[in-house]
Amino acid sequence: MSAKRQISVEVNGAPRQAEIEPRLTLADFLRHTLDLTGTHVGCEHGVCGACTVLIDGRSARSCLTFAVQVDGRALTTIEGLGPAPGMLGVLQEAFQRHHALQCGFCTPGMLTTLTELLNDNPDPTEDEVREVITGNLCRCTGYSGIVAAALDAARRLREGEA
Amino acid sequence: MGVKHFGARVTRLEDPALLTGRGRYVDDVKIPGMVHACFVRSAHGHALIRSIDAAAARQMAGVVAVLTADDLPAPMAGARMPMLVPNAAIAALRTQHCLARDEVCYVGQTVAVVIAESRYLAEDAAAMVDVDYDPLPAVSDCRAALEPGAPTAHRDLPDNLASAFRQSFGDVEAAFAGAPHVFRESLFQHRGGGMALETRGVVAHHDRPTDLLTVWSATQTPHIGRRMIADLLGRSPERIRVIAPDVGGGFGPKAIFYAEEAVIAAAALTLGVPVKWIEDRREHFLAATQERDQHWDVEIAVEADGRIRGVRGSLIHDTGAFVPWGVIMPYIASATVPGPYVLPAYRLDVKVALTNKVATTPVRGAGRPQAVFAMERLMDRVAQGLGLDPAEVRRRNFIQPEQMPYAVGLIFRDGKPLIYDSGDYPKAQAEALALADHAGFAARKAAALKAGRYIGIGLANYVEGTGLGPFEGVTVRVQQNGKVLVATGATNQGQGTRTTLSQIVADRLGCRIEDIEMSIGDTAAIANGVGAFASRQAVNAGSSAAMAAEVVRARVVQLAARALGVPEAEVAIEDGKAVAQSGNRPEVGFGDLARLSQGMPGFSMAAGDAPGLEHTAYFTPPQASYCSGTHVVEAEVDIMTGGVRLLTYCVAHDSGNLINPLIVDGQVQGGVAHGIGNALMEFMKYDENAQPVTTTFADYLMPMATDVPTCRITHVESPSPLNPLGVKGAGEGGTIPAAAAIVAAIEDALSPYGIRFSETPLTPERIVEALTAAGAYKRAS
Amino acid sequence: MKPAPFDYHAPQSLAEATGLLARLDNAKVIAGGQSLGPMMNFRYVIADHLVDLGGIAEIAGITLAGDTLRIGAMTRQRELEFSDLVARRCPLLKAALKQVGHRQTRNRGTFGGSVAHFDPASEQPMMCAAHDAVIEIASARGVRRVPFAQFGLDFMTTALAPDEILAAIEIPLWPQGHGWGFHEFARRHGDFAIVASAALLTLGPDGRIVRASLTLAGVAVVPVRLREAEAALVGRAPEPAVLGAAADLAGAIEPLADIHASVDYRRHLARVLTERALGDAAARAAARTTP
Repeated sequence: MSAKRQISVEVNGAPRQAEIEPRLTLADFLRHTLDLTGTHVGCEHGVCGACTVLIDGRSARSCLTFAVQVDGRALTTIEGLGPAPGMLGVLQEAFQRHHALQCGFCTPGMLTTLTELLNDNPDPTEDEVREVITGNLCRCTGYSGIVAAALDAARRLREGEA
Repeated sequence: MGVKHFGARVTRLEDPALLTGRGRYVDDVKIPGMVHACFVRSAHGHALIRSIDAAAARQMAGVVAVLTADDLPAPMAGARMPMLVPNAAIAALRTQHCLARDEVCYVGQTVAVVIAESRYLAEDAAAMVDVDYDPLPAVSDCRAALEPGAPTAHRDLPDNLASAFRQSFGDVEAAFAGAPHVFRESLFQHRGGGMALETRGVVAHHDRPTDLLTVWSATQTPHIGRRMIADLLGRSPERIRVIAPDVGGGFGPKAIFYAEEAVIAAAALTLGVPVKWIEDRREHFLAATQERDQHWDVEIAVEADGRIRGVRGSLIHDTGAFVPWGVIMPYIASATVPGPYVLPAYRLDVKVALTNKVATTPVRGAGRPQAVFAMERLMDRVAQGLGLDPAEVRRRNFIQPEQMPYAVGLIFRDGKPLIYDSGDYPKAQAEALALADHAGFAARKAAALKAGRYIGIGLANYVEGTGLGPFEGVTVRVQQNGKVLVATGATNQGQGTRTTLSQIVADRLGCRIEDIEMSIGDTAAIANGVGAFASRQAVNAGSSAAMAAEVVRARVVQLAARALGVPEAEVAIEDGKAVAQSGNRPEVGFGDLARLSQGMPGFSMAAGDAPGLEHTAYFTPPQASYCSGTHVVEAEVDIMTGGVRLLTYCVAHDSGNLINPLIVDGQVQGGVAHGIGNALMEFMKYDENAQPVTTTFADYLMPMATDVPTCRITHVESPSPLNPLGVKGAGEGGTIPAAAAIVAAIEDALSPYGIRFSETPLTPERIVEALTAAGAYKRAS
Repeated sequence: MKPAPFDYHAPQSLAEATGLLARLDNAKVIAGGQSLGPMMNFRYVIADHLVDLGGIAEIAGITLAGDTLRIGAMTRQRELEFSDLVARRCPLLKAALKQVGHRQTRNRGTFGGSVAHFDPASEQPMMCAAHDAVIEIASARGVRRVPFAQFGLDFMTTALAPDEILAAIEIPLWPQGHGWGFHEFARRHGDFAIVASAALLTLGPDGRIVRASLTLAGVAVVPVRLREAEAALVGRAPEPAVLGAAADLAGAIEPLADIHASVDYRRHLARVLTERALGDAAARAAARTTP
């Protein structure tokens, strides 16, 4: 049987350590070892995007990453996106304003993916927003609210709203 | 009373928690000592089970138990699951066992369950459960299933005919006999899934001190679930609590009660530990119910000017291996055909076939998309055949607003005569066409053709029975802390039920919306409940919320008048306070009134007073309320690849009064996306042995952000006279006509080639095949 | 859908990694994990040991050596997508990479991992075929260099032995001013290609084609170079009839059928997409070579 391994990560700015089985996916590590259940698991084969988190600022499927692989890395999950725990940031507020979520299950992946996009490209076009979220399935909204929210948040962030 | 919230684009109360990762879905439930389940499922479309050897699995590290049918408690062990919607027309009342006993009838059917300390360990052990199958011939296609000599989906049934019935009115023979024109179509709509992003899931926990069995389930219908669990466990419903926490999308498949819910509840009870089962996506593809799969052969008889004389034909519906939700979908389909048109005569013969595939139960639309596809394709054939504009053919046949209420001549799925309550179909079509600049389309198409581009426009109309009974309840209770508790049997899988009910209660009661606390999806919160399906919650729960709030408001006024020493007429209510409109305007808060409503220990209540500042209302609709609308789509086809791009998508939607346009628009847009999936992409393929083939999101294609245009939406508001809010359901209308409109647009784009399409999903390959047959690629040489 | 248990190894050097592979039974190498991850979650792949190449800096990165682009196996797809060097010197590769999966998978997925995984519909083995890449393979036994034509053997099967690691891909660059075209048909953005076609052309001073590369992906168990069509192009002016004739040869292949597409449809797409790719390549070559 596989030997457990000790890992140390920084999650939403806080150091966390755990001893885990190598086969534990990063998604299960976050959700069930650390109780950060804001990250969702929708397909476990890397298509739906609900489990997307940021690893050193880069979006990644946490269902296709083993927790042992992120030893020493900094992770950001939906719980860490706002200015303070439970508070909404500019992108999250835009999601509420534009009805960019219904059931909320794809939302963590949408928010992490778009957070990366807006960091990389503060002024994306609608086509760029749509293309980047092709990696995230949403069954509820038909995407229009999400696209509108991303463009609105980008504008507000450019105009200095923090 | 002030109307501050009803009709406003109120942002959702659900959102802050969901946007910060503080939602609470079933897989977020964690109980000390909880163990994890993995089901062993049939690998065969049809087989006998010779034996199940779980000895090796039981020996594995971390395994708590392996349960097969015989290990389940009575009466569940031997019983088939209850039929949820029985109907006299069902010949083969066949539902499945919770765990298969000696026969499996579809790939993915539950055979055994492994319980272990983690899902990882449970999967390790499930792979070691050795099931010895004796494969039987399987039937995969519903038309083949009804052929003489076809293999039977169940070994003990004489054939695969689950049900046969006829819908008819008028003199159909006469309508066709004298008709100047008759047009025929054979149509097929393929099955797909609900494919909520959250799969199904169950956590069950038996609390010994209180003997309460609590079951968290990602379900649309917790109250129905409690009844089923009570029956299957032979247990008092009082000792069962079912909670639908935050649910990550429903779309129909989570409305039915599943074997897994019963088995996990039984396992928790039997083993004495909390048990969690979270369906994985592969299981969802195999074992969550699906829908569409209908073959239609229909014809329409029309006058020379395109007015309809009659429609007749037949329909074969694939119910899969079981009939858990009765024959609702083909029934609804048969009753949806007439749509917004004056149809003098109609006859449809319906056959429901058993096959060795997972059962079909309602998926967003529930039989209506197929019926609308059939009727609207026929209307397009009339237009093509008579050389008329498709919009004009429809205009000539509309039921006019002054004909409302309009009796169609059928009995609907709710057992009541099919009577449209309100609607303005000509207006909806006119507004949708205007949104789409239909008038300018001919010029756009000509310009595009000149540039070598093929664009087309398509439209489709529909009428949808929504707001079905029997009831939904809402309790409104003013609490001593001044907060208002609203409890309901309605459930929330993303529809914003909490927000819309809060809007209604805040207005009708006179409190601040942020002072409302909602208890939703919990059988402990209200005695009776039904749940989410058939676009029924705004009508049922919304009306109950209004009724309950008004009763409580009257009590508030009565108590406040007494407390403030003024006549009731001088009491105004605002923001959770009662304010006297005289003197120095003394006021009293809801919290104090709630205390007053409890009386004083030992003292008598005032005459006529009921204890508590609360009321529960159960609205029971007299019949369905009929939502309607028109979709107009502009599409471009790359004739060389068959690729389709939707350029614009316009919707005129009439669901009566709007409680929250922000939410209704979201329902329409999301419904359209689902319809686009059905029209162009989603294909749940089974091979000839009924083995599912498309069981990943890489093979089963859901629409992405680049596939779904932002809809232009306009609302035609024809209030329903059947409920106090004048509302109708809005959750499915976006999906229902989408496939019909999109396929029409593609046909129109390819009009230079005169190609006709009659199936969905319409794939690029199929388009190229048709273009090839039409000679589109022939070289000039 | 949880993976079977395994032991995890995170070597920090190529030598350490090849040493592990030489020693361990039933070991699987993980690079970006975007293809292996799903296969492990579905338990299509069950390994006793997982050797993670993520910590081996020496096999990551893009370098230019003369007219050869050297891509370390662990170079993330994202890095290639946004590389100025790739955009400038190997624009076909950049165009193809934009079609690989999605932002999130390109952040993790590696070029070497994809080539080693060898999915027949993947753009990355296809790029190796189009450019006549050389694959550098390391093991405890030493380093060997294999021309791509001899690397891909069969459906998802390569010349890599169980103890070997794909260390780098060397792509001989086409001269400045070459023309390129890439057309892919997938059902949705980021899906594997039903058919993809890539074209590279160089024109001589007289405007005639002096060199051509035509490659299809998604049609067979390995990427297909259309040698006959390439030969037919050389020496001809890139006129529509000439390009069309070459595309006809693309449409004459014997493709595979699967749940995504039939033989006929793939053949049709091969012709259409090759004609489009060739058209783009010819236009770009003409625009760059003629002043």
